[in-house]
Amino acid sequence: MLTLTCPCCGISAEETELAPGGEAHLKRFGPGSSDDEFESYLFARKNPKGVHFERWRHAYGCGKWFLAARDTVTLEVFGTYKAQTPYPTPEIVAAIQAKRPDWKPDWHQPSVNTTTTPAESLTE
Amino acid sequence: MSETGPFRLPRGGRLIDRAYQLPFRFDGRQLRGLQGDTIASALLASGQLMMGRSFKYHRPRGPIASGAEEPNAILGLGQSGRFEPNQRATTTPLVGGMVTNSQNCWPSLNVDVGAVNNLLYRFLPAGFYYKTFIHPRPAWKHLFEPIIRRSAGLGKAPTEADPDTYEQAYDHADLVVVGGGVAGLSAALEAGREGKSVIVLEQTPVFGGRAAVDHADGQARIDALLADLRALPNVTMRRSTMATGLYDHGYLLAREAIADHDPNAGLPRQRLWRIRAGHVVVATGALERPLSFAGNDVPGVMLASAVRDFIVDYGVAPGRSILVVTNNDDAYRTALAALDAGLTVPAVIDARPSATGALPEAVRARGVRVLTGSAIAGVRGGHAVEDVKICSHAGSGDVQEIIPADCVAMSGGWSPVVHLWSHCGGKLNWHDDRAMFAPDLARPPTGHDGRAMATPVGAAAGDLLVGAADEQPLLPVWVMPVNATRKMKFKMWLDFQNDVKVSDVELAAQEGYHSVEHTKRYTTLGMATDQGKVSNINGLAILSKALNQPIPQTGTTTFRPPYTPLTLGTIAAEARGELFQPLRKTPMHNWAEARGAHWEPVGHWRRAYCYLQGAETPHDAVAREIRAVRASVGTLDASTLGKIIVKGPDAGKFLDMMYTGMMSTLPVGKCRYGLICNENGFLNDDGVAARLSEDTWLVHTTTGGADRMHAHMEDWLQCEWWDWKVYTANVTEQWAQVAVVGPKARVLLERLGGMDLSAEALPFMQWAEGEIAGIPARVFRISFSGELSFEVAVPANRGLELWEKLHEAGKDLNVTPYGTEAMHVMRAEKGFIMIGDETDGTVIPQDLGMSWAISKKKTDYIGKRAQERSFMASPDRWKLVGLESVDGRMLPDGVYAVAEGTNANGQRNVQGRVTSTYVSPTLNKPIAMGLVKHGPDRMGEVLEFPVAGAETYKARIVDPVFYDKEGSRANG
Repeated sequence: MLTLTCPCCGISAEETELAPGGEAHLKRFGPGSSDDEFESYLFARKNPKGVHFERWRHAYGCGKWFLAARDTVTLEVFGTYKAQTPYPTPEIVAAIQAKRPDWKPDWHQPSVNTTTTPAESLTE
Repeated sequence: MSETGPFRLPRGGRLIDRAYQLPFRFDGRQLRGLQGDTIASALLASGQLMMGRSFKYHRPRGPIASGAEEPNAILGLGQSGRFEPNQRATTTPLVGGMVTNSQNCWPSLNVDVGAVNNLLYRFLPAGFYYKTFIHPRPAWKHLFEPIIRRSAGLGKAPTEADPDTYEQAYDHADLVVVGGGVAGLSAALEAGREGKSVIVLEQTPVFGGRAAVDHADGQARIDALLADLRALPNVTMRRSTMATGLYDHGYLLAREAIADHDPNAGLPRQRLWRIRAGHVVVATGALERPLSFAGNDVPGVMLASAVRDFIVDYGVAPGRSILVVTNNDDAYRTALAALDAGLTVPAVIDARPSATGALPEAVRARGVRVLTGSAIAGVRGGHAVEDVKICSHAGSGDVQEIIPADCVAMSGGWSPVVHLWSHCGGKLNWHDDRAMFAPDLARPPTGHDGRAMATPVGAAAGDLLVGAADEQPLLPVWVMPVNATRKMKFKMWLDFQNDVKVSDVELAAQEGYHSVEHTKRYTTLGMATDQGKVSNINGLAILSKALNQPIPQTGTTTFRPPYTPLTLGTIAAEARGELFQPLRKTPMHNWAEARGAHWEPVGHWRRAYCYLQGAETPHDAVAREIRAVRASVGTLDASTLGKIIVKGPDAGKFLDMMYTGMMSTLPVGKCRYGLICNENGFLNDDGVAARLSEDTWLVHTTTGGADRMHAHMEDWLQCEWWDWKVYTANVTEQWAQVAVVGPKARVLLERLGGMDLSAEALPFMQWAEGEIAGIPARVFRISFSGELSFEVAVPANRGLELWEKLHEAGKDLNVTPYGTEAMHVMRAEKGFIMIGDETDGTVIPQDLGMSWAISKKKTDYIGKRAQERSFMASPDRWKLVGLESVDGRMLPDGVYAVAEGTNANGQRNVQGRVTSTYVSPTLNKPIAMGLVKHGPDRMGEVLEFPVAGAETYKARIVDPVFYDKEGSRANG
């Protein structure tokens, strides 16, 4: 029974208030994508022992989706942040590296942010 | 001796009140105990040492412990609905009038037929059950299975509903201290003085732990601590509250016994506390281990601590002549307690070469023989200890002396109670010098901040010598004597309830069971109701020795909650009967209830399946309702259908992504049927969308799909297209909706007046806003029955008014309320699909002949890419067809059509299955729909549907539209 802080309404919510949504930061592949791309988007999921990024919905609260960075072994929560961001925010990355100095991001973030909304984060 | 039994001591008993006698029954016998007794102490005082029989060999069993770890004194408590099996006599407080019964014996505790197993022990070794599976094969079915089934199960399950009430409560605290002994109370006092909110949980009715029994100044220390704690308003003390488990992020469950076994108290029996703890102090103490010597299971052989508990706490003599056997100093306290109570201690058998600590010397000073370097070679006695054979601990059991005794107090050392620490990931270290697993402070269970969420203190931390630093070290003893013979090991019990012996664990190791988890399951070691509290450490030490490896390499089995069993009533608490689940009711619910509604659950809703008139069967009622609708007019309560508002500048673009069809081009005032798939391409929901205004759509979903579809939309809006300007609202409960259906539907609605509902003003698949009978309404001309149909939506609080006016105005038209089953049959007559019948999470719209509902122009929608996968595009997919019974019998639901040949498993190949099947009252014949390989290309072919125990069903592939193929009736 985890507790996670909803970055939208600020409430520290118990797991019974939340609905899980699986791995965060998936990139959607639609028509025109290759079978490999679509397969990886729809089925291939990370199952790390350690740092993981997850989708959660404050289903029995404000109703908003948010993202959480946590350790699947120690259950430590590094932070929660808005769902409207294509990659973990710099604040979240810093919070993880403060606790896990050896951990490195495994994504390659484009240098220019091409998404329509600038990612804004609220961390614990 | 007191009148509560021959073994009640004349003095002493710090927990009992001799002024209050409590009558109770055991196996039909009327006995008396005292206020403050446990059932076990009251039975012992009465001279009832034997309290049950073991599970496998039905051996006589007396209590070996005095607390939660008791594996033997397991009783059936109470009667009828309050009967509870497998209750520990050692932890159940005695209540006047209690009815208790022994278990695992027939016809009686003293004379038991199952005890014949005891003579067969050589043929019932470790893994006996598994071995019976293997050979000879017929023996399993005809010999072993019937016997094992008859003897399986510990205790009897109650058959009546539990009349007691239970409740749950929530709490929060900076610190939760589990265990109300000196260590726990000290930790609570320290935190309380720092101003923290503190909860102390003590599993027994009395604070103090072992201090008062084990230490001269123990009671004074406890009293002082309790007085200091009482002065702190920020500290909450809960007795009789057992912490059952520690979970993620400091979530702690605890069971408080409020009015256990006292149904007349007028209180809930138990309360389950759901506590969120900032930090947990584990002050759960330690449990004493038995010693493995031959005959250690004879009633009267008990843990040394239990013997002195019975003497000091309850003023009960477990025996008159108490022989102590130990590998440590602590057990000498039992000798002293026995002597203080006026009992005889013939000797102390100490496995250590010497014993010169303060406690042994104190015992010697009282004139008791202390035999060091000694061991027990055997215990004589059937239903009670008679005498004990003494040997050298270093030898192989040559008897040096026989000492008469009626009780053996044994101590193999103590194991910290590390359950809570381990439940949520805390790790343990083995300490060779102290022969124990203790918490590893460097590897604690961690909380949300990555820091330790629990701290062990006192004995639970492995600190066993609190207040007794002058004790000499113990000698680890796993088998007594060291070179015990094979024959002796057959008599050395590890798990007393399940009859697992040293010989069984050694056999498991010999047969290749090297993992402690496998050995546990193979031998059933630690699978008794005490979950290994008594047996585990001894068992894994034996296993390690047999495998010739150190104990830490063998490790422990996993500690899982609950610490002691929880009754199911406490877990369910108030969530039973009407409060099990909240019910959703439409505004017309009570009207329907009063008119014979035969309810069916749909999600959390109750919907009328049909309305029963007189002595009608549901089947008859459904047929009557359908005929009435098709002949004149009927009303369906459609309020439960999902209604979601989708609004905003990008709403059309968004709905084009949600639906397979095009919704953005729908003109204002019109309705369009649409399909919603998931990203896998499978059909998820369907319904009619209406465009309310330039930027607003009203989306209808299935009854069960409303919340799911709303969540689906929000997921995509919040997480993928968060820059699209769209707003959704689930307004399902804001509207009551009535489907007015049948050739006379328009006539009926026109009588209520207020809107022009003519075919010209409101054509098929359009909607209009206005008033019906003075009630603001939206009227949708859509049809799920094939008839002329108007769905009228009004504000929820006016729904019943509309419904009653329709029924008042339509009496002469025979206006008939109809239920969900009539709706289902009518849609099937028209070949309309039903989500959940024709779909099951593996069906795509193309399978259902619904390519017409998929836009060819759109570049994308949820599920489009998935539907382009080769398997989805395969012409071999099963497709929707109608099925017409050849012999007039209705096809069973879900049956498969067989094809030629067999598959790799030797099963018949299949080529289709029935998805919906009814008897049509309209056509007066059975109709069905199904998914069939190449179905639409095989019209007229006859398929075979074999069913066990019946003649094979046969059906012809036909068009799925059975009624009004040209669709003229919808136009009225």
